[in-house]
Amino acid sequence: MKMNKKKTIFTAGVLLVLFAVCVLLDLTLPSYHIAVTVIKKATVYALVAVSMNLLNGFTGLFSLGQAGFMLLGAYTYGVLTIPDEKKATVYQYFENGGLPFSFTNIFGGIFGDKVGTVVGMLIALLIGGMLAALFAFLIGLPVLRLKSDYLAIATLGFAEILKAFFQWNGLGPITNGSNLLKSYPTFNKATPYVLLAGAMIALIVLLINSTYGRAFKAIRDDEVAAEAMGINLAKHKRLSFIISSFFAGIGGGLMAMYMGTIAAAPFKSALTYEILLIVVIGGIGSITGSVLASFLYIFSSEWLLRGLDSGTFLGINAPAVFKNGFRMAVFSVIIMVIVLFFRKGIMGDKELPDLLDKRPKSRKKKEAAGK
Amino acid sequence: MGQIIPYIVNGVSVGGQYALIAIGYTLVYGILRLINFAHGDVFMVAGLVMVYTTTALPLYISLPLVLIATVVLGFTIERVAYKPLRTAPRMSVMISAIGVSYLIQNLAFYITGGVPQPVTKPIPWISNNVELFGGSTKMVTLVTPVLTIALVFVLVYLINHTKIGMAMRAAAKDFETAQLMGIKINSVISMTFVIGSFLAAIGSILYFTNYPSVAITSGGMPGLKAFVAAVFGGIGSIPGAVVGAFIIGLCEEIIKGLGYTTFSDAFTFALLIVVLCVKPTGLFGEKVTDKV
Repeated sequence: MKMNKKKTIFTAGVLLVLFAVCVLLDLTLPSYHIAVTVIKKATVYALVAVSMNLLNGFTGLFSLGQAGFMLLGAYTYGVLTIPDEKKATVYQYFENGGLPFSFTNIFGGIFGDKVGTVVGMLIALLIGGMLAALFAFLIGLPVLRLKSDYLAIATLGFAEILKAFFQWNGLGPITNGSNLLKSYPTFNKATPYVLLAGAMIALIVLLINSTYGRAFKAIRDDEVAAEAMGINLAKHKRLSFIISSFFAGIGGGLMAMYMGTIAAAPFKSALTYEILLIVVIGGIGSITGSVLASFLYIFSSEWLLRGLDSGTFLGINAPAVFKNGFRMAVFSVIIMVIVLFFRKGIMGDKELPDLLDKRPKSRKKKEAAGK
Repeated sequence: MGQIIPYIVNGVSVGGQYALIAIGYTLVYGILRLINFAHGDVFMVAGLVMVYTTTALPLYISLPLVLIATVVLGFTIERVAYKPLRTAPRMSVMISAIGVSYLIQNLAFYITGGVPQPVTKPIPWISNNVELFGGSTKMVTLVTPVLTIALVFVLVYLINHTKIGMAMRAAAKDFETAQLMGIKINSVISMTFVIGSFLAAIGSILYFTNYPSVAITSGGMPGLKAFVAAVFGGIGSIPGAVVGAFIIGLCEEIIKGLGYTTFSDAFTFALLIVVLCVKPTGLFGEKVTDKV
């Protein structure tokens, strides 16, 4: 009991300190500063990585459709929030393109410009998530019956189909075909991203600690045994798939905010692979690990290792070696080393509060010896 | 009708190229139960090596060099990235495959500087233009299906009538029992990667003769489609992979001919999902029952 209390205080403390640092950075640094950019991008990746971990790590369903659901979320967000007055310039190749309404204007009219825009943005994000969840439900009907690698390839295929549809000119009046969607409202500061993604991740943590979460883990560990214990396999798999996609959709919406423009091209299978590798680095089955790995990954690729691409790194000036692409090459070698030799990743299946446990194995051994 | 014929000819040719890649997937899956995500990238590397060597060296050195380099790459990938994980869960091996694919693409990006490498010196004879049914096409379009069929016959002979072929069949049937029977499982697995990479290299030479340049992402799509072909034909079955590849190549080109180019990729994946749901064992696949 005492230990539990200690853990709660420890976790709350760490999270509060991190949040305070983020707010402080936001107040002191301009919004284009690299630190703010890193926090924004990393929180978005963290949310998507956690959503993928929920499916791949906690339920044991190896799905590679994350990019597709992010695409849905991103487009829904963009299409719903582009202000009426900007539509003519955004949809320049499609006459009267775009929806006949915009959340930014509707809620701007009700709550006033500033608050209304934010309310509109949040509702658009939510709708993006729900649309992704709806698609997950539909796709899940046939696909979830498949086993491990077939499921992976089918979900990957589904994401590619979605991408093709969003680039199709027939849907152009809504999706703007293969042109960019832009001019929608975004958050400049990092704090809103942290708050939003943090709230979502907190929801996922609550879910994982609930009976549903325990059922998911049971399915991951042994399907047959789980079924024998009275867990409805189909229902729980579907539930996990839909919830994971919902959060991936919201992550996609946040990604759209971060990027400032939306096109279908970035949501390719490479994005899914990237996120999967983040999950692996953090540890499959650890929320803390996924978040930590996202921050490490984005921090080093966007900031720390920048020098590897631009000629000078750690004071060594060698433009012939440190040229464009070296950073990612080094990165992928590190990833391969982790995949091959440190299969548990940074956290294994531990969470933040578990860090307080001091070598539980040796203690258990001692207790056993004492008895 | 006359307009559709060039598309059909093209489709058969593309199908042949997919078939050569698909065999690599199907062989590896048959034995290791692993989707070798890096196979499409091996195919891309073969294209890059072809571009680099043909510009610098005479043809009779450069072409064997492409084949050797690709085979060495395939062999190395298996030894470094898959062999240490032989006893690990299947998911770990698949993640490793995705990691290798990521690594090859990033290395290729570093080496090429991210610029698509133009095919400056296409291989003579097969890149000549020929007149066919009132349209003009490259010689490679006609050569591919013939070469593919010939190679498949050689491969099927190899698998059915040689010792290593028998070992491969045994390993595909039952991995552990094969090991107990004294089959050197590691050399059998290496052999499947060697054969797969060799065929992918030939497929790559034929494929990129039709294209102006090789980009680092060029391998992804043909790779995935070839995998779909392998699943469609029944994974683990070589004739199945070939038939599946020809069907997919044909359908794709016909869809392009009808003016829905955007959906030619989407069609392939839709076909995959339908096949997986209706007949997961594919056209020629064996039925597998899972035991508890």
